[in-house]
Amino acid sequence: MGVIEAILLTIATAATPLLIAAIGELVVERSGVLNLGVEGMMIMGAVTGFGVALLTGSPWLGMLGGIVVGALFSLLFGFLTLTLVTNQVATGLALTLLGLGLSGMLGESFVGQPGIRLPNLHIPVLSDLPFVGGLIFGQDPIFYVSIALTAGVAWFLFYTHAGLTLRSVGDNHASAHALGINVIGIRYLAVMFGGACAGLAGAYLSVVYTPQWVENMTAGRGWIALALVVFASWRPWRVLAGAYLFGAVTIGQLHAQALGLGIPSQLLSSLPYLATVVVLVLISQNKRLTMVNTPASLGRPFVPDR
Amino acid sequence: METTHGPSGAGLLEVRGLTKIFGTLKACDNIDLDIAAGEIHALLGENGAGKSTLVKMLFGSLEPYSGTISWKGQAVRIASPGAARRLGIGMVFQHFSLFDSLTAAENIALSLADDTPILEIAEKARSLSKTYGLPLDPFSLVGDLSVGERQRIEITRCLLQEPQLIILDEPTSVLTPQEADKLFETLERLRAEGKSILYISHRLEEVKRMCDRATVLRHGKVVAHCDPRQETAASLARMMVGNDVAGATRPAAPAALGEELLGICGLSRKPATPFSIPLNNIWLSLRAGEVLGIAGVAGNGQGEFFEAVSGEVLQDSADVIRIRGKGVGKTGISGRRLLGAAFVPEERLGHGAAPRMRLSENLLLSRHATDRKVFLGTAGVIAKAAIGAATQRIIEVMDVRKSAPDPEAAALSGGNLQKFIIGRELDRQPSVLVVNQPTWGVDAGAAARIRQALIELARAGAAVLVISQDLDELFEISDAIAVMHSGALSKPMPIAEATLEKIGLLMGGAEPGHAHHSREVA
Repeated sequence: MGVIEAILLTIATAATPLLIAAIGELVVERSGVLNLGVEGMMIMGAVTGFGVALLTGSPWLGMLGGIVVGALFSLLFGFLTLTLVTNQVATGLALTLLGLGLSGMLGESFVGQPGIRLPNLHIPVLSDLPFVGGLIFGQDPIFYVSIALTAGVAWFLFYTHAGLTLRSVGDNHASAHALGINVIGIRYLAVMFGGACAGLAGAYLSVVYTPQWVENMTAGRGWIALALVVFASWRPWRVLAGAYLFGAVTIGQLHAQALGLGIPSQLLSSLPYLATVVVLVLISQNKRLTMVNTPASLGRPFVPDR
Repeated sequence: METTHGPSGAGLLEVRGLTKIFGTLKACDNIDLDIAAGEIHALLGENGAGKSTLVKMLFGSLEPYSGTISWKGQAVRIASPGAARRLGIGMVFQHFSLFDSLTAAENIALSLADDTPILEIAEKARSLSKTYGLPLDPFSLVGDLSVGERQRIEITRCLLQEPQLIILDEPTSVLTPQEADKLFETLERLRAEGKSILYISHRLEEVKRMCDRATVLRHGKVVAHCDPRQETAASLARMMVGNDVAGATRPAAPAALGEELLGICGLSRKPATPFSIPLNNIWLSLRAGEVLGIAGVAGNGQGEFFEAVSGEVLQDSADVIRIRGKGVGKTGISGRRLLGAAFVPEERLGHGAAPRMRLSENLLLSRHATDRKVFLGTAGVIAKAAIGAATQRIIEVMDVRKSAPDPEAAALSGGNLQKFIIGRELDRQPSVLVVNQPTWGVDAGAAARIRQALIELARAGAAVLVISQDLDELFEISDAIAVMHSGALSKPMPIAEATLEKIGLLMGGAEPGHAHHSREVA
């Protein structure tokens, strides 16, 4: 395996959890709900994924466990913000804090245990091709899921009636309600989709990326996913671009540190954040397009008058 | 859905004893209403009479407290707007229920429950809108469209569902007179096809002209069922209000107007957001003693213009806006107020007044700079007694009705709060008053009081600039009327020369003299 191929593979594994979590949050925000609990849902997915894989011996069941727990955890957020109409920002922050604490408690006995890794795809002949074989046909299965998810969400949002309905709820919930659209129901579904994605992204970290359980192992990736959605102006393919850029600079700066260029390591560590923000700000220069894509009802509570 | 061409007079909708209670307020109290097939039925009433509440119950967006609704002889429960649409009831809302960031075709697709491809919907909408004389471009973004165009989308969307009853909530309040004429043609065509229309309006002339029957509401109760063609505008108004409404009296303007108090020289402004209107080289001179009215369809730059004049948005050069001869383009609101100007914005709650603060506190908020010595003691301590006295004075002068001695602004009805806000500015005896939509959503009695106060202020030597969408109001109070269209302002037309038709054409964007041209285009 060549150096370049190895670097490209690590970039993909660094970008995949961000991409999955951000695509989930994108759908949530397109429906007009701001869920700041991505980090909490991710870490719950991570601890569940690791635990289920360890106890059952099946990494696939681990991934599934992450998805289910992420969705259930987001349901709590949905119930509080959509049914009880609590403040979305405060509830999202609470969800993150709860997730970090709860996962630490649940995962106490997992610390230091070797995990079970989801094996990479291996297709005879194709995966053995030089260079492209590993990159295109030999990655972990969730990598392919993340790309399909991006394409699927882009298609759903902009080419289906259900996607149009979801966007309309995020644009103007009062009008959507007046048209007879079930605003709350759609938001529940969107929130749960976001939770399932965050759970999957978390399980990816503990079952694929580094198959072990460490407390706080999400390390702020949930927050980066949230930022990616905003800077990508709520467009799925831009989220993908942002996630990969972030992954690339993260891996790049690690190599730069290893080379010992004499640049302070703290500066290098901050590069991925800086580069992602700069590039996404540049591509969202078109104010008009940003305006059209921003869900106008984002974060605003909806109470139907009856 | 099957369309029945029932004989005229057959009952389509029958409402009996419909009641809706909000808290302690009976918004609708025991309402009876019958709508026959193939009629245009007017629903008349002042703001707050219960019209909107009633139609929301008919369209399923509000649940009645008690009473029955029958559709074609069958008792029905309309649980949601979707249920109303399945029955064959369509609605065109007063505050449009469109989505700014979606295209016209997407907006229409949303109300059709099935998965018809967007291109097919666009084609259908284009041909249907053409048939009814409501041309629209299905692929334009709603946020870019004028209010009239948005209404066409709403109507087209409603018609695509082939309803038998169409509810129109104050459809002409946002249209130019010419656009309104077009709408009336469409409605008459629909009636000829056997469809019924429930037409909500407070414009009596158009009700008399078009409607077969009328139901009049007052304070949530039905006060009369009548044939509007047999009534006069005055008799209809009496039913709505409960007593006679006096128009404002306008003494003639002094022969020689005083010095220029407000001057605007070449005001231009780039759009602040993608959906806002740029202002284009506006010139204006307003002299002591005159009321200048600015007419225009909503969303043609009036809001942007008001922000620039009031100082909410500053200009690059001081001389673009002059108040009493002083260039104030770079001066903020308080600075302009100190020169004797006063401003009343369009939005009462949240802009003209802080909703959760008391009237006295709201008074201080707008006058802390101009009346610092009176209202604030040493070290900025609030002089409660002085403010209380001033609040009381304003309440008495403007006849503000309220439930507590010093209630929160949000606790007042729209009309009473507007009287207070205007009174608050008049109390300073300003030399320049700029007011945006002085009587929007204000009942007739309060509106008459406000208009009279504006005229009196001008006759006492101030310059008054009134931005309004209500042409009747402008004709009642202005000495001259200018029209704002697409961010440009026409030359003021003296009131003696102005006619509804001339102003209406300017509102539609016609240059004076090219009237015929634009009619064909529109």
